[in-house]
Amino acid sequence: MAELTEAFRSALGLIVGLDPDLLEIVSLSLRVSLVALVPSMLLGIPLGATVAIARFPGRGFAVVLLNLGMALPPVVIGLLVYLLLSRSGPLGDLSLLFTPGALVVGQTVLVTPLVAALSRQVFEDHWTEYEETLRSLGARGARAVATLIFEARHSLLTVLLAGFGRAITEVGVAIIVGGNINHLTRIMTTAIALETSRGDLPLALGLGVILLALSLGVNVLALAAQQAVRRAEA
Amino acid sequence: MPRPEASPEILPLRVEGLSLTLGGKPILRDVSFELEAGPCSVILGPNGCGKSMLLRVCHGLLAPTELLAPTEGRVRWCGPGAGEAERGQAMVLQRPVLLRRRVAANLEYPLRLRGLAPNERRDRVAVVLERASLEALAERPARALSVGEQQRVAVARAWAVEPEVLWLDEPASALDPGATRALEETIRRIRASGTKVVMTTHDLGQARRLADEVLFLHRGRVLEKTAAETFFEEPQSEEGRAFLKGELLT
Repeated sequence: MAELTEAFRSALGLIVGLDPDLLEIVSLSLRVSLVALVPSMLLGIPLGATVAIARFPGRGFAVVLLNLGMALPPVVIGLLVYLLLSRSGPLGDLSLLFTPGALVVGQTVLVTPLVAALSRQVFEDHWTEYEETLRSLGARGARAVATLIFEARHSLLTVLLAGFGRAITEVGVAIIVGGNINHLTRIMTTAIALETSRGDLPLALGLGVILLALSLGVNVLALAAQQAVRRAEA
Repeated sequence: MPRPEASPEILPLRVEGLSLTLGGKPILRDVSFELEAGPCSVILGPNGCGKSMLLRVCHGLLAPTELLAPTEGRVRWCGPGAGEAERGQAMVLQRPVLLRRRVAANLEYPLRLRGLAPNERRDRVAVVLERASLEALAERPARALSVGEQQRVAVARAWAVEPEVLWLDEPASALDPGATRALEETIRRIRASGTKVVMTTHDLGQARRLADEVLFLHRGRVLEKTAAETFFEEPQSEEGRAFLKGELLT
């Protein structure tokens, strides 16, 4: 118990003292996950909108695929991305494996299906409400989709936060495609896993506290966003 | 407001042998009528008689199950294969959906869809705001307005495209008397601007106040199409007389 208390004290010391190693890890984590959010949203939102609005054969199957993508185990995605980026893989020439770039690719593959699946639901709800009006006004095709994205902006904020939450907290993809290399690809989750197994509890705990605080912050933001939606829709 | 710029002419609109079946249930049966430019046409009839569906078909939101090809006049759909049809007409749905933006931006939206230049859009929006007495609400978020105000914004949005025909589906069904009065005033102005107004209502008082001519619809058929005065004084059909007396028509 005394050991644990001591570890906590050291962890707080690292946070309060703005330990450079800790800051480096936190900063890389944030940068990777924020960057990965950009392609995830750019790909996932139009994908979700298309599946929600377009009527095509096999649409039910596409919905199942999207929802499956949301539940894919991160280690499996990590393995797939590893195969993709490895020297002999189709994208091996990019030499991305074990770089922050690989982390971004991995998190993008992880988060895009989540964004697509969540936004599909958002768009289906909005489409029910807007379809006749948009058709009546003469908006169709890409124009209707663009309008719908804008109209759903408040709800999509929640999707964005969910995507960020998934990216920043996952460990399976990052450890496989990033390799947890010190000063290069070590992010909060992989560092916690490594430091815990090495017995360096203060750093692991310090990172854990920060990660928890971030998750809490994201959830508070998500709640606030939902309330803003309700107000906006009232 | 001047008549629309070189849009295809819709009126006189001739509908012949129009039938609509939804889910195996006949909604409209062999409906034929002609709408001329000018008079405000009110489609009257008990709830469930097919008024809304008739407007939806005429506007092009629904494709008719059957329709005799008209020899003169044209029925134009903005449904599948519509092309330019929607340019000359606009509709206000019974429960209109406003966009999550300011009132002025709502009015501007259909103008942008029609490819008007920014300065043209700005001018047109200013004119419509004034004509619909909505200047005070221009900068307000549309979704935060009262039901009555939202309905007037929806009507103004449809009017903004300067349609040749404006379809209004039960425009005052959810409104209190004050809001209804304001809305009816807007409808009168639209009619005076040269736009043909075709509206449904189950409110006889409103029909008396606004109608120049009445199409009486019962069980998916047009039983009468007469001048409003004639209809209210001497309806030609048994069902029309019963409806005016306030009897329940089934």
